[in-house]
Amino acid sequence: MTNDIKRQTLAILVDNESGVLSQISRLFSRKGYNIESLAVGATENPAISRITIEVIADDEQVALLANQLRKLFPVHSVKLLTPETSIRRELVLLKVRTPDSAARNEVIQIANIFRANIIDVAIGSITLSVIGAEQKTDAIEKILAEYGILELVRTGVVALERGQETIKDQTKEKGEFDYGKNVL
Amino acid sequence: MKMTGAQILMECLLEQEVDTVFGYPGGTILNVYDELYRYQDKIKHVLTAHEQGASHAADGYARSTGKVGVCFATSGPGATNLTTGIATAYMDSSPVVFISCNVIKSLIGKDSFQEVDLTGITMPITKCNYLVSDVTKLADTVRAAFAIAGSGRPGPVLIDILKNVTGEKADFEPLPRDKHYASGKLGALMSRSSHDFKAPAPDDKDIRLLAEMIKKAQKPLLICGGGVVRGRAHKEFLEFAEKIDAPVAITLMGGGGICGRNPLATGMIGMHGTQASNMACDACDLLIAVGCRFSDRVALSPTTFAKQAKIVQIDIDRAEINKNVRTDHHIVGDAKRVLAALNEIVEPADHSEWKKYVFSYKTETEYDEGGDTLTPKQILSSIAKLLPQNTVVATDVGQHQMWAIQHFRFDYPGQLLTSGGFGTMGFGLGAAIGAKIGNPDKAVIHITGDGSFRMNCNELCTEQHYNVPIITFVFNNKTLGMVRQWQTLIYDKKYSETTLSERGPDFVQLARAYGLDGAHVSNVEELEAAIKDAMTCGHGYVIDCAIDMDEKVRPMVGGGSHITDFLLS
Repeated sequence: MTNDIKRQTLAILVDNESGVLSQISRLFSRKGYNIESLAVGATENPAISRITIEVIADDEQVALLANQLRKLFPVHSVKLLTPETSIRRELVLLKVRTPDSAARNEVIQIANIFRANIIDVAIGSITLSVIGAEQKTDAIEKILAEYGILELVRTGVVALERGQETIKDQTKEKGEFDYGKNVL
Repeated sequence: MKMTGAQILMECLLEQEVDTVFGYPGGTILNVYDELYRYQDKIKHVLTAHEQGASHAADGYARSTGKVGVCFATSGPGATNLTTGIATAYMDSSPVVFISCNVIKSLIGKDSFQEVDLTGITMPITKCNYLVSDVTKLADTVRAAFAIAGSGRPGPVLIDILKNVTGEKADFEPLPRDKHYASGKLGALMSRSSHDFKAPAPDDKDIRLLAEMIKKAQKPLLICGGGVVRGRAHKEFLEFAEKIDAPVAITLMGGGGICGRNPLATGMIGMHGTQASNMACDACDLLIAVGCRFSDRVALSPTTFAKQAKIVQIDIDRAEINKNVRTDHHIVGDAKRVLAALNEIVEPADHSEWKKYVFSYKTETEYDEGGDTLTPKQILSSIAKLLPQNTVVATDVGQHQMWAIQHFRFDYPGQLLTSGGFGTMGFGLGAAIGAKIGNPDKAVIHITGDGSFRMNCNELCTEQHYNVPIITFVFNNKTLGMVRQWQTLIYDKKYSETTLSERGPDFVQLARAYGLDGAHVSNVEELEAAIKDAMTCGHGYVIDCAIDMDEKVRPMVGGGSHITDFLLS
């Protein structure tokens, strides 16, 4: 556990009911955090939604947040997903300005290198979709900015743990505060 | 059996053995009140002057009896008038179920007359809240609300019912209370391992580790917090304190968690804590806080608070662990169960040396006496002398609150009713009314200031109508005393908007206008005569005590300062 402030990913299973999302997001603002990324959708069980939220916080702060979340009655389980143990993906749609055929060809080449899909072509623009972790989407965004990005939209990061373990396995995280256990 | 929503609500209240409800009717809740009329033999309704008064009364009822309080209000302004009371209950973990009605389904979202998004408004100040738009779900929701309000860390729960739901019919099957946990919403919650829904059982390893820590400690200090009071863990706490022979500092909310006259009690801790409590906190080697969340009024400077000590936190709410102060060890669990488990294994100890050190500091504030004006201490001493020891004390917020809590040595949980976390001026009178209705055999007094009393003195009419004999003591210093104290000490005596002299009403005339009686007093003889009069008159009584404007609450440690950096000693 460190005091470094960094992007932290929380996965939360909640009742799929109206008002639950606002209850969750209010908790973050009430405790003084800005939500950096948010993705929500129903799970394999339609009565339960999964929320993936990213905030900037240190390890202790995010552990306290997780405990506050567990207190909310619509919340089934909360898990902190670290980059080392989880797979993270985000979908980005980009509309790039292509005033002439030279620009259009270059953008198509870049799209191929990044394995982005071209989903719409018009006389003055190309729209791409790219899926990946932030490093990849950030990189293509940076290059395409040279041509002029007309519009950009992100789905927000979704994340799943690697391996067999799931969010449902570990619902009580006792270990979070067990620092300084050398008390005797 | 087919019943209307309103009737189902009444039946559900009876299931919970509710016999008293505080509230105020209005358009959307009419069906419920219409049904209440039929149930008036079984459920007593107390009509207050204002919904806020009803909310505090339900809260005071809950705090003093340990039962779940119930409060009704209509939609819109009726509902928003509840919010201060809901927040007050939330901050002090008081179990109250608030029931409001909203406009009919077809009018929802149309900015209809008296429509407000109450579940949205109360989201951050309730343990949970429900909007009921389907009559078949009403009974299940009410059952869940009561269970949630009263279990685990208690707190307010709000149920907002659409008006059409109260008129529509559904099948209702009575269900005994012990079966509630096996069905519906509660059953679903209980099946989730993620929720420590009821009082969680303490971890054996944690208990043993703490026992080891206690064995090694030379200078242990206990903090008795509000959790001991809410969990009614006073017996276990006392046994624990005596066994490990540790001094006990008491938080504002912990008043009554241990008998204040116990020789181990060092008095209040924190901003207005005693010398003994605060010095002990700074010198102990093991600090065990039970049901205490280390608020900024206790752990004024969280980074330096008891830094020399190993800090152990015992709390029912996991989210409180390490929230304000970083601890070395913690036990999540109900205070009663944790302490009972500890009592079984801790070894009796003797810490006379350490106690000698702690009690070499004052456990009481010495106030000057003998001037011409009545002093707060004189008033409180007269009250203690003339009224029974088990008198329930409801306070408002400010100097009078601190004086009362410093001076009275509370005996049992529920004897002190005060708004600690939210600091709600105007809480006292409503709370006193609720407490008296819940404890008709006990004397109930209301300690207030002239500022606080002005806020909700309209509830004198409730006191009169229901003949709830409460003695109100107004500590009248013609100023907002606590704010003035800060202005004196920190704001160069610029008394911005805190002086209340030349301002009505005459509180005794006011009491008479409400059909009660009262007296102005300015010395001990007058005061004691008035108290005797109040005790025998059989109705509410307001004693307006003139005290000096510049009386201060001592000791005082500034906000954010180290706990022993006394601004006033």
